[in-house]
Amino acid sequence: MIRFTDVTKVYPGGTTAVGGLSLTAPTGQITVLVGPSGCGKTTSLRMINRMIEPTSGTIEIDGRDTGTLDPNELRRGIGYVIQSGGLFPHRTILDNIATVPLLLGWDRARARARAQDLLERVGLDPVLGKRYPNQLSGGQQQRVGVARALAADPPVMLMDEPFSAVDPVVREQLQDEFLRLQSELGKTIVFVTHDIDEAVKLGDQVAVLRVGGRLAQLASPAKLLSDPHDDFVADFLGRDRGYRGLAFAEAPELPLRDEPVVLLGSSVEQAAAIAAGDRWVLVVDEARAPLGWAEPGVLTGVIDRDHLHRGGTVARVGGSLRAALDAALSSPSRRGVLVDDADSLVGTVRAPDVLAAIERRPDGVPA
Amino acid sequence: MNLLWRWLTDPASWEGSAGIPARVAEHLAYSASTLVLAALIGIPLGLWIGHTGRGRVLVVNLVNGMRSVPTLGLLFAAVLVLGPLLGGDIAFLVPSIFVLVLLAVPPILAGAYAGVEGVDPGARDAARGMGMSSREVLFRVEVPCALPLIFSGLRSAALQVIATATLAASVSLGGLGRFLIDGQAYRDYGQMAGGALLVAVLAMLVDLVFAVVQRLVVSPGLAPARTSRRAARRAAAAALSPT
Ligand SMILES: Nc1ncnc2c1ncn2[C@@H]1O[C@H](COP(=O)(O)OP(=O)(O)OP(=O)(O)O)[C@@H](O)[C@H]1O
Ligand SMILES: [Mg+2]
Repeated sequence: MIRFTDVTKVYPGGTTAVGGLSLTAPTGQITVLVGPSGCGKTTSLRMINRMIEPTSGTIEIDGRDTGTLDPNELRRGIGYVIQSGGLFPHRTILDNIATVPLLLGWDRARARARAQDLLERVGLDPVLGKRYPNQLSGGQQQRVGVARALAADPPVMLMDEPFSAVDPVVREQLQDEFLRLQSELGKTIVFVTHDIDEAVKLGDQVAVLRVGGRLAQLASPAKLLSDPHDDFVADFLGRDRGYRGLAFAEAPELPLRDEPVVLLGSSVEQAAAIAAGDRWVLVVDEARAPLGWAEPGVLTGVIDRDHLHRGGTVARVGGSLRAALDAALSSPSRRGVLVDDADSLVGTVRAPDVLAAIERRPDGVPA
Repeated sequence: MNLLWRWLTDPASWEGSAGIPARVAEHLAYSASTLVLAALIGIPLGLWIGHTGRGRVLVVNLVNGMRSVPTLGLLFAAVLVLGPLLGGDIAFLVPSIFVLVLLAVPPILAGAYAGVEGVDPGARDAARGMGMSSREVLFRVEVPCALPLIFSGLRSAALQVIATATLAASVSLGGLGRFLIDGQAYRDYGQMAGGALLVAVLAMLVDLVFAVVQRLVVSPGLAPARTSRRAARRAAAAALSPT
């Protein structure tokens, strides 16, 4: 657990970057600091590992005041990831990852084995280990940065906009893998971003800061979206809050309907027969994984992959209301496709049924 | 051309304490001791200034200031001032080396400073953030990353020193400069041209040695290209192969 108690940072020029910040980042959870540019996120983060010394106030990690610890020892026990990656250009990827273990005095063989293991854990091809950072893409470099921070298995990780220098598609991948990794590792993470969508996606709790480093609101993403504390937070959260909030509402039992399906490779006549007058029919593979919608009326011959309409999103049973609603809204047949954890079709749901489920939710705001 | 050839092929030019091998050895000895001294001063100072960010103004002024100093005048002044204090053989040697060191320090200092200064701030920040001490940041990150520029400083200093060490002969010391001065005195133009040629060849050879050492000690990760040399060579080989 990381606890800020009335922490203030005034820079020599007189700028108050952080003003009386008090908050707690619980063990094993992701706490996101988010806010407009210059609101003191980086300053707050860097005070945790004493890259910046607070002007006043205390920061404790598991009850120990960081101000009383040796800064270098403190930092060796904290993973640190920065936006630019900060990889060492003169070292191979493996040696980059092995840096902290070697600083801690591990023997070389153990440090390298650990580095190799981490390379794979963050989803990189093991052969990349022998390369140098300038031979990697930006997204790969970010993964190496994360692997390097994890190398000595620190209980605490500090991450300053680690995914903001890559394009949106790669960012999404990195975020998903980061969440998967965190579900295995359960680190205590403080994560800085200026992107509210990233904050809401990654955070177990989100701290919205306003300029001057003052805490505007500290809450779970769902609570934040449904009940912003004031206009500043509401503005910062932006539009579509109601819809985005549904991402955190687990779908209750939805009234699913059986969906008639045809196998990929069936003839169009078969498909038309199964569709029984409906314009669209759902196409699946042998494992009943939905592949897309076909329109038998306009096709001839055999249904192959090129014929499929792929606009519809697929939601998981027991997933969020947002995913279920989006599946229905995006489907050309207006029937949203739901699958189980093995990606096999369970049934379809219509938008009005999802809306009815939303309406049935208990009033008020989530905790 | 003829005169030059005759001088170079005359066995007498290669013999004794005034022969080519002896003069080359003297020249190398002056240059090497100069470079070692200049590196001992310039590199630590440059690293320190780059690492701490203190004294940047010093670097800029020193480097620019030294460019405008007339070397020969400085040499005579140094002999006049230092010579009487020392006496004997070293009365000329010490002032000469002193002037050459003055000449060699600025490029070496500038290289070391610029090398450290130019290290990716992200890498430096990460190094500190993972708990490296200030010394560890310097020696494990900044110095290895600065090596290409440290080398280029050393190489340009070496070229300058080898060329300028000929001046030592003008205060009655040895080295390849002797061939220039003596050649002129005896109107032996073959010897003069030969001396000049030897200086140029020596400078090139020394630079080559530096280039080889640089390739061995600088990490391939610091090469400017995105592809490694081996990959580039493999690609070139593939492009050239008949299949
Ligand atoms: N070293 C410094 N000296 C003086 N002022 C600084 C220094 N570093 C930051 N500041 C100021 O402190 C304030 C907070 O800076 P900080 O870097 O913490 O913001 P941030 O929230 O991380 O912003 P961004 O989203 O742009 O990264 C800013 O007004 C900034 O100008
Ligand atoms: Mg910042």
